[in-house]
Amino acid sequence: MLEAWAARQAQAPFTWLRPPESGLVMVRARAGGTGAKFNLGEMTVTRCALRLNDGVIGVAYVAGRSHRKAELAALVDASAQMPGMGERIERELLEPLRVRLEAEAARMQRKAQATRVDFFTLAREAGA
Amino acid sequence: MNLARLGAGFSSPVLDSQRTFRGALEALSRPGRVVTAGGPAEVPRNVAESACALALALLDQDTTLWLSPLLAPVGGYLRFHTGCRLVSQEAEADFALLDSAELPSLDLFRCGSDEYPDRSATVIVQVPTLEAGSGLRLSGPGIRGSVRVAIGGLHEAFFLYWGRNRALFPRGIDVFFACGPLLCGLPRTTRIEV
Amino acid sequence: MYVAVKGGERAIQNSYELIAEARRGDPAHAELTLDQIKQQMRLAVDRVMTEGSVYDADLAALALKQAAGDIAEAVFLLRAFRATLPRFGYTEPLDTSRMRLWRRVSATFKDLPGGQILGPTYDYTQRLLDFSLSEPASSAVAAESGDGKAEPVPGVLSLIEQEGLIEPQEPAAGDPDPTDLTREPLRFPAARPVRLQNLARGDEGFLLAMGYSTQRGYSHTHPFAGEIRFGVLEVEIVPEELGFAVPIGEIALTECQMVNQFAGSAIEPPKFTRGYGLAFGHCERKAMAMALVDRALRAGELGESAEAPAQKQEFVLSHSDSLEASGFVQHLKLPHYVDFQSELELVRKMRARR
Repeated sequence: MLEAWAARQAQAPFTWLRPPESGLVMVRARAGGTGAKFNLGEMTVTRCALRLNDGVIGVAYVAGRSHRKAELAALVDASAQMPGMGERIERELLEPLRVRLEAEAARMQRKAQATRVDFFTLAREAGA
Repeated sequence: MNLARLGAGFSSPVLDSQRTFRGALEALSRPGRVVTAGGPAEVPRNVAESACALALALLDQDTTLWLSPLLAPVGGYLRFHTGCRLVSQEAEADFALLDSAELPSLDLFRCGSDEYPDRSATVIVQVPTLEAGSGLRLSGPGIRGSVRVAIGGLHEAFFLYWGRNRALFPRGIDVFFACGPLLCGLPRTTRIEV
Repeated sequence: MYVAVKGGERAIQNSYELIAEARRGDPAHAELTLDQIKQQMRLAVDRVMTEGSVYDADLAALALKQAAGDIAEAVFLLRAFRATLPRFGYTEPLDTSRMRLWRRVSATFKDLPGGQILGPTYDYTQRLLDFSLSEPASSAVAAESGDGKAEPVPGVLSLIEQEGLIEPQEPAAGDPDPTDLTREPLRFPAARPVRLQNLARGDEGFLLAMGYSTQRGYSHTHPFAGEIRFGVLEVEIVPEELGFAVPIGEIALTECQMVNQFAGSAIEPPKFTRGYGLAFGHCERKAMAMALVDRALRAGELGESAEAPAQKQEFVLSHSDSLEASGFVQHLKLPHYVDFQSELELVRKMRARR
């Protein structure tokens, strides 16, 4: 979807402030869900930062190891800061993206809800 | 951190780091030899290109960096590109980047222990001039006989310090001198005659 | 003691080719793709991510393919690869109460806010081999129900926490950052955050056996599965150059809250205590075993005597890592020729003296 959007845009010339680089972030969680922080394990992430020729900076941190995805995300981030572009990007890219992700989440949610149960306790309730 | 004012780092981080590291290796193993270290795409103001390249190549998120006051504005740039931790105390620094115009007391930097002499600071000093062939006479490991190199901006205090540093062996700091794209190494084993 | 040996390059080279051939199997059959492994062997992928301690399904699938399905070898490959990657930092701590749930069950409360959701589970299957799977079939489609809206579901244990019947789980003053085992070596005694990091990447088989031992009486912790949840959660980081939180993507997680009895002490009334398990992907057995072992290892801080193996941190934490365990056991294959010759000599001498 990012690719399709990028293909429709005029190629904005830019220079890399920091070219795409894949690395790790340590995922932190909490003991018991709410207690002391602990390190669960790492996840891969790719980051980059670029500067459009008119000086606007775009930054991206994206889970996984796709350099291209990080590049596109940083381009979108930079473009969205250009006058008048924020709204267009919201309308043409972010909103449709959100709708798609929410539809997928809702589909999973409905499948999960279909496995929702009410257990009945038998002997004890009857005999208590 | 103001991103808009940050310059670009190495254009090819892996290859540029390797090339710079190779240059640093050459400089430290052949003290007094002046080598070239290519810089990043955009060098921040007031910093020598080679000093900047060296910092980008050597620093990472597990290292600490001390900056002399004149170079403090470079902190944001180096933190952004390397993830290094900036420290305000000389004694906490793994690396230091300083200008010869404001040399601190070098005794404050870590010189390692007899068991772990590698836990010492590496100090990058940027100097106004750096030229092989005349000036100071260097001798020691890595040098056949002696070699001459003219290093600008150094004062009496530095040479007194260097005598103390050599006496600490195997402990002691290692120094790089940087000027424009040029680099010259001064490991703890090298003797200086003024 | 090991000795360096020379030679064998040709044989080693040929063994690489042979393992590649053995991995591929009969070329008359289609080769596995990474997508097939990710989609159809997801629990193996999840286990490799959890024990390899890197959340990246593509890498885990590749490791599994390269290791011909050997989980421990795939974990080794993933850990080796992670060592080549730079570390960018730490995420914001996960808030698991905000997970989008695909499964959520409690063995302690029948009726609970948010309900019991079985999700994709083998629990209620008959464990009969399904021979219809031996031939490719059309895709399976699950039933759907409801409007698909997802509300955050608070943890079950908050119900009894409000009554003060279970120990609360709160960060220490100042919410200190935990020691990171990938940066600093394991030291004893290890604080709970360090133990949890160790257990989170620990070998499932080892933790399962340790957890099982606590149920069979080697430590008196009497556990209940308070809540088990599996779902996805957005991960956020705060890059220094930006200064605000950025969501970088979603990860799937399995969480287990074990509830255990605690008789109380001179200063504290009787109440319940907890053990905690958390794993990447869907690793339910692992999360449960981890929670049992976490609780057992808390013996010291809860004033219980630590006599059973699962309660001894040096024993558990030193032997939980599949990479270390497999490495040390398998190193016995390395040349020990000189060692053995000297022992042989010794035995001969001893026999000659008799």
